[in-house]
Amino acid sequence: MALIDMDNSDRRGKSLAQQLHVDMPLIAGLLVLIGFGLLVLYSASGESQAQLNRQVVRLTLAFGAMFFLAWIPPRIYQKWTPFIYAFGVLLLIGVILFGDKGKGAQRWLDFGFFRFQPSEIMKLAVPMMLAWYFSERSLPPRFSELLSAAFLIGMPTLLIMIQPDLGTSILIASSGLFVVFLAGMSWRIIASFVFLIVSYAPIHWFFVMQAYQKQRVLTFLDPDKDPLGSGYHIIQSQIAIGSGGLKGKGWLEGTQSQLEFLPERNTDFIFAVLGEEFGFYGIIILLTIYLGIIARGFFIAVKAQDTYTRLLAGAITLTFFVYVFVNISMVTGILPVVGLPLPLVSYGGTSMVTLMASFGILMGIQTHKKLLPG
Amino acid sequence: MIKSGSHIRNKRSFKDHFKERKLLINRSIVAFVFVIVMMLALVVRAWYLQVVKHQDFQTRSNDNRISVQPIAPKRGLIFDRNGVLLAENRSIYSLEIIPEKAGDIDQVLERLLGAGFIEEKHQEKFLKDLRGQRRFKSITVKNRLTEKEVARFSVVRYQYPGVSVEARLVRYYPFGEVLVHALGYVGRINDRELARIDQANYKATRHIGKVGLEKHYEDLLHGTIGFRRVETDVQGRVIGEPLFEKPPIPGKNIRLSLDIRLQQIAAKAMGEERGSVIAIDPRNGEVLALVSNPGYDPNEFVTGISSASFRALMESKDRPMFNRALRGLYSPGSTIKPHMGWIGLEQKLVTTKTTVPDPGYWVIPNEEKRVYRDWKRGGHGEKVALLTAIVKSCDPYFYDLAYKMGIDTLSANMKKFGFGDYTGIDMGEEVPGIMPSREWKRSARKIPWFPGETVITGIGQGYWVATPLQLANAIGQLGMGSLRYQLHLVTATQSNGDWLRVPAKVASTQADFSNKDNLKAVQKAMHKVTQWGGTAFEAFREAPFTSGGKTGTVQLRAMGEEKYDESKIEKRFRDNAVYVGYAPFDSPEIAIAVVVENAGHGGSEAAPIARAVFDEYFKNQVADINLERKVAEGRN
Repeated sequence: MALIDMDNSDRRGKSLAQQLHVDMPLIAGLLVLIGFGLLVLYSASGESQAQLNRQVVRLTLAFGAMFFLAWIPPRIYQKWTPFIYAFGVLLLIGVILFGDKGKGAQRWLDFGFFRFQPSEIMKLAVPMMLAWYFSERSLPPRFSELLSAAFLIGMPTLLIMIQPDLGTSILIASSGLFVVFLAGMSWRIIASFVFLIVSYAPIHWFFVMQAYQKQRVLTFLDPDKDPLGSGYHIIQSQIAIGSGGLKGKGWLEGTQSQLEFLPERNTDFIFAVLGEEFGFYGIIILLTIYLGIIARGFFIAVKAQDTYTRLLAGAITLTFFVYVFVNISMVTGILPVVGLPLPLVSYGGTSMVTLMASFGILMGIQTHKKLLPG
Repeated sequence: MIKSGSHIRNKRSFKDHFKERKLLINRSIVAFVFVIVMMLALVVRAWYLQVVKHQDFQTRSNDNRISVQPIAPKRGLIFDRNGVLLAENRSIYSLEIIPEKAGDIDQVLERLLGAGFIEEKHQEKFLKDLRGQRRFKSITVKNRLTEKEVARFSVVRYQYPGVSVEARLVRYYPFGEVLVHALGYVGRINDRELARIDQANYKATRHIGKVGLEKHYEDLLHGTIGFRRVETDVQGRVIGEPLFEKPPIPGKNIRLSLDIRLQQIAAKAMGEERGSVIAIDPRNGEVLALVSNPGYDPNEFVTGISSASFRALMESKDRPMFNRALRGLYSPGSTIKPHMGWIGLEQKLVTTKTTVPDPGYWVIPNEEKRVYRDWKRGGHGEKVALLTAIVKSCDPYFYDLAYKMGIDTLSANMKKFGFGDYTGIDMGEEVPGIMPSREWKRSARKIPWFPGETVITGIGQGYWVATPLQLANAIGQLGMGSLRYQLHLVTATQSNGDWLRVPAKVASTQADFSNKDNLKAVQKAMHKVTQWGGTAFEAFREAPFTSGGKTGTVQLRAMGEEKYDESKIEKRFRDNAVYVGYAPFDSPEIAIAVVVENAGHGGSEAAPIARAVFDEYFKNQVADINLERKVAEGRN
């Protein structure tokens, strides 16, 4: 039986991939990443089979979401984009009004039978909305259009920031800004924008940031101030990574990760375990896999057929990169600690489903092409 | 924000698709280059940490490393009102193993067993505890080592790497079960609590307040963690002096209003009976004694109670774990008759001269189906007025009064004495009881109120249930004829040596006692209860103090025509005996509520317990006065 299947796999495999609207290079990259991720997770979870199983179940669910979105032709959600966006904003307002409090932040909507984080919808809805908005106009955008775009990005970002969920609001803001960038915002405006942010930073510090957020930044600047509290993470994760050296201490052999009480070593700080056990080479491998996936994302964006899909594909890819960059930066001590997982490696999180859904959209963009003459 | 459709279509026609495509592709390329540059930054950072600084980090991670050791803060002490220590910290020694450092666990355990340091049960328990624990975390093998065992192990310690004797401060309650329901206890932190607390602050703490005061004041008592940076060797043993130390901030001491002498006397007077004794100072809501009987030994819970002992406590018919003072719901019975009388006078439904005939029963006017009986066969005579009705505890008088009053007035006015509401005691576990009303019955029972229910509410029966705390507070309020306070145990907290008083708070509902005649009339009746002819006369015979009070004998089983014969009834169906009272009569300083379950008459079973507590209270006071007099004389 197996032999017969293998014989036909060449011919049938191709048509199956097409039927499922799956982009083979992309899914290959994702599978390699996930495989590597599970290996690290097994070690980081203290060799817990149960955690591994739960992660696989969650991954399966996420793959389902990916297949589903890959199967929908992009023009369909293009049409629905403004409604999805408006619905998402309404839900965010709902969270502020009726949300459920967990760990001091108000992020969840409780429908009785299940809890749901509306900011997850916005991770996709914001870049979609911006892409839709610019696809209806000629590019590069004019200044007045940029103001509208700023409003479309700013509203959900603010609503999420006051939940407060800094990590997610950064992600959502950047996903929208990427669309604006890709749409050809002039370099002059980009430069003044950067200048503006730099001069706004002190205002933000004094008037907007919550005490716990300030604490994170302060601890980041001087982790030894608070070696048992928030500084503990940073010190311990740097020791873990640094002591890994070139080749690492070997799988399941990371003394730092296994022995020390490093909280969240299987979630946000899993990169430290990888760095310790697989060393510099392991990090290079991981970054290469990520880069491969990102490269494929850009390839899909460049090959896309219209402005909407091109902008959306580019923004999704860049947002994925932000995930990777922010997480690794915080674990290695380049950036202060914001709660973001290492995509597709960290244990759990609703974000995994959203992430895979966005890859579904990428695949849909690549595989639902109209045959154009010439 | 989004421009009109026609405008969009208009602009679309000007779109230069080729140029646009080129622009987007250019931007994508720029973005990709940006990604590569940032990735390279990450690589450089990893290179810096893992190659350039590798030696540094390796040293820090390796055997000779600087480690940060958390230091647990000392838990705050609890004192009674006279400074007697009620909850302290004692050091105990335990044998502990760090599995990662001990090597072959089974072999180590066998050797410890062979040398007689542990028994087989310790071995089993340890292997059970080991599961799911991190291997570098210290796990207890045996608790409460004796000094001799500690000395014996120290000699051979070097043969057992990874095994050590740890000294810890552990909570100890010197008064054991006498105080358990007043203090609560601490126990091992469990997973649910772990999720709730600030883990960084509890890194070195093993115990947390589980119930009672210990739980309610956990934040105050726990304190703030400290830490020290030390150098450790391969075995994890500390080398030399700490490099840096930030001492922990101990938890705050707290002082209670509780008087341990009164508490002990009350517990002793209760003996083996089930029930509760509450003594309070009605002038400020301070709780002087809080007894719930039976109790249990909280010290067992601190070091870990065996499952057999725990099961025995849980399954005991006497329910020793149940805090009757805070959560016991008892029909107040006749103890609320003085309150009823006062409300009747205030509402002008009766005067002190109004009489009701008591042939031994009472029926609702024009409706003779249901007969409401007096507790005394044959009744209290043709003409019973308020004074006699309270002193002799005549039921028909109050059936009649309640019927005239109606449930709405009754319920609304009884709430002014705190019935159906929290007393506010600082323990977090109390229940509010039920002060029945029309609305309550409609929402709780989904059926309308029946007139007959008003009648029995008039003698404190039916749906009406109250906690002993509420009974004590309500009688204190009426005895003083002034403001009722929220009950509380903690009167002061101590930090840096200074005691800071916790102010008393007035309760939110109050009664208006501006008509002194009405008040005096019921107070006089309560005094007479303790005098010749009153239901509590025997208990208060020749008392060296004046007092007022009221007995209550609460039926637990509906009686038909048959005579109530105590000896023929199974103990758990016998009446609850209740007594409430206050003293001195003129200016109350102490109010009390005594509930003895299934004991029989309030006058004979509960009142003597109240007498014993009053006696102790005034004995101390006489001693105090004598002392003051001596001091004064000495000065002269």
